Amino acid sequence: MSEIAHGAGGPIPAAEVPEMELPHPHGWWSTYVFSQDAKVIGIQYSLTAIAIGLVALVLSWLMRLQLGFPGTFSFIDPPAYYQFITMHGMIMVVYLLTALFLGGFGNYLIPLMLGARDMVFPFVNMLSYWIYLLAVLVLVASFFVPGGPTGAGWTLYPPQAILSGTPGRDWGIVLMLVSLCLFIAGFTMGGLNYVVTVLQARTRGMTLMRMPLTVWGIFTATVMALLAFPALFVGAVMMLLDRLIGTSFFMPMLVEFGQQLRHGGGSPILFQHLFWFFGHPEVYIVALPAFGIVSDLISTHARRNIFGYRMMVWAIVIIGALSFVVWAHHMYVSGMNPYFGFFFATTTLIIAIPTAIKVYNWLLTLWRGNIHLTVPMLFALGFIVTFVNGGLTGLFLGNVVVDVPLSDTMFVVAHFHMVMGVAPVMVIFGGIYHWYPKVTGRMLDDTMGKIHFWVTFLGAYAIFFPMHYLGLLGVPRRYHEIGETSFVPASAQDLNAFISVVALVVGAAQLLFLFNLVWSLRYGRESGPNPWRATTLEWQTPQTPPGHGNWGPELPVVHRWAYDYAVPGVAEDFVPQNQPHPAPGHAAQGHAT
Amino acid sequence: MTAALLLIGALAAIAGWWLARHGIAAKPWLETGPAVDLRPDDATAGSAARIGLGVFMAVATALLVLLLSAYSMRRELADWSPPPQPPVLWANTVLLVLASLALHRAVLAARRGDRDATGSWLLAGAGASLLFVLGQLLAWRQLAAAGFVLTSNPADAFFYLITAVHGLHVLGGLVALGRAGARLRRARLDALRLGVELCAAYWHFLLLAWLLLFATLAFSPSLDWLIALCTAPFG
Repeated sequence: MSEIAHGAGGPIPAAEVPEMELPHPHGWWSTYVFSQDAKVIGIQYSLTAIAIGLVALVLSWLMRLQLGFPGTFSFIDPPAYYQFITMHGMIMVVYLLTALFLGGFGNYLIPLMLGARDMVFPFVNMLSYWIYLLAVLVLVASFFVPGGPTGAGWTLYPPQAILSGTPGRDWGIVLMLVSLCLFIAGFTMGGLNYVVTVLQARTRGMTLMRMPLTVWGIFTATVMALLAFPALFVGAVMMLLDRLIGTSFFMPMLVEFGQQLRHGGGSPILFQHLFWFFGHPEVYIVALPAFGIVSDLISTHARRNIFGYRMMVWAIVIIGALSFVVWAHHMYVSGMNPYFGFFFATTTLIIAIPTAIKVYNWLLTLWRGNIHLTVPMLFALGFIVTFVNGGLTGLFLGNVVVDVPLSDTMFVVAHFHMVMGVAPVMVIFGGIYHWYPKVTGRMLDDTMGKIHFWVTFLGAYAIFFPMHYLGLLGVPRRYHEIGETSFVPASAQDLNAFISVVALVVGAAQLLFLFNLVWSLRYGRESGPNPWRATTLEWQTPQTPPGHGNWGPELPVVHRWAYDYAVPGVAEDFVPQNQPHPAPGHAAQGHAT
Repeated sequence: MTAALLLIGALAAIAGWWLARHGIAAKPWLETGPAVDLRPDDATAGSAARIGLGVFMAVATALLVLLLSAYSMRRELADWSPPPQPPVLWANTVLLVLASLALHRAVLAARRGDRDATGSWLLAGAGASLLFVLGQLLAWRQLAAAGFVLTSNPADAFFYLITAVHGLHVLGGLVALGRAGARLRRARLDALRLGVELCAAYWHFLLLAWLLLFATLAFSPSLDWLIALCTAPFG
């Protein structure tokens, strides 16, 4: 392949990419369990994340049962309800979304899409997964300790998180904080790999601006996560010290049951700043990989080059940078200098600009595209709709005056579930349907996939759209039971019951998806190497599923960007990235200019 | 959080500059030429390790700067009473400077290919660093003896926490240094050179970090002027 490059292109010698020394597995254990192969690690990350995500799904069912039919289920008492809320939120945001996008998709796709044999530090990469697994196990352990898991809310605000009124105060909160610290340590190892691999292990010809947007999204999100997670780490360590040793980083002087506690002089607001300095970038740590993946899905399944590739890349980078200066919009009601509120509202609204650019570019990619309504495409389209919807309510909440009355109502719950719950999960599903054939060599079942999509998409709307209205009525979040209030009409309860029933159905549809994953492994249609006729490198591997080292004896050479679909004058409607340009003088010089 | 914002701003500037130099303005859809590689030519395993260390140091910087941010936010409150700084901290600072210098000499020796001198300087650097850690422990004991313990007051707790985090980074560095030293005889010369260079870079980072932390803990320089500057247009 390298000869063609030189022959066709003239004398521009490209830098040789040095061959990596790969650790070769010996036997079953080092091939499938203690593997240093990024593909296996990616699958391990994904399966672990999905497994713990199932726990979070069941917890959401339990919460909805309580909200929809209060008083019916005696085992869901207020402490249990708070524990379900807390663990559901924490698992979904950190242990499912972050781990699946960066650890799962990142590990599997980065080396393949860049034409690398593996991540640059395979051993550290393996360590990253095992520490993540340990973090998950510590988290799960908190369900079985005396007092159960923490019920402090996923934001873990002190002082209540470590006061004796809060469920899980004895063991749950300690395990939660330890688990978070482990997760961050594990993630840092993985993140180091993703960043250095993107910077150093790209194959010949894979310039930064020829990288698929999936890689751009994961790369930028990883850089952000590496800088944002330390804030959570600092907060978690300080709270652990407050809880275990009795320091007073976050604990003010408190009187509990008439007894003065030994704490004194701490600042609870300090924790909020640290938490949201991590927490807001976290939203984009989840969103940016979704943006990248959805761009590739849309381009591939609409057979059109992505509209405004450069703008897409710049928007990803700009969103990544801006997301670090908006955190205090989560703290409008915590009390702050009004100038700060003004500042943070402004930055929050400014983020809408690059985000809107991305949405327009997706739409313009679709425009006059040859749209194939495959399952990945359906999920990509579902993502755009849901994300726009959730993003618009974000504009409401970003304004201080609108946020203050809506804060801590169901409106906020509906907003963030739309924008960073349902939307990224749609992309995860889309991504799994899209790349499953590469991972297993078989297609996921189409009919089950379509049922899964429609139930999930319509169901998500049926759940979260009415929730906005509940919030506007003033129904507060985190309440075990609304009870009698003057401002919430009785019909709100009917709506809650409706939402709960839909939530059960949508949850059941996810079980169909899991069944599909297992069933298709055995009975799915053979996919061949490139079922979607896609251009990016992972579809051009010599074997499907790709073997150890990904490529044959020679690394691929990249000759073009990732989006040569329906190029005028070319017979096939896609041109893989590693296909050379025809020599000058030959017929098809029909590149879009 | 002023310090954290300054760090993010600086990193964003570096990233922007780097991206601008690496063709972020390219129009890949127009490229019909052969595979042109815009990466610098030093794409070797060594530079992957170098960049890896650079990224790690950026993460560690973020961690320390966030600690400092928390520290300076807490310091604004009225009841702030920082503990006295034990004089042994000055001796520790000198030790860390010496360790950094020793590792610099080790790099020079490794570049010359002089394994014996490299080993001696590595040993000197490691010894000085170990003494630094012991000195920090001594400072803790002196503070505790004077009645300033973790639980007495947030200012004291911050002192212990920040020095502990820095000390753990030194210990982690010593592990890496030990591994580089253990391969002193066996390693190929370029691998040895790389390992020693990485250790030295990390030690310079540790020194810089300590100087910053020490200055903040002991002298509490204020960034008030910066806040005043930023809020002036609204005042």
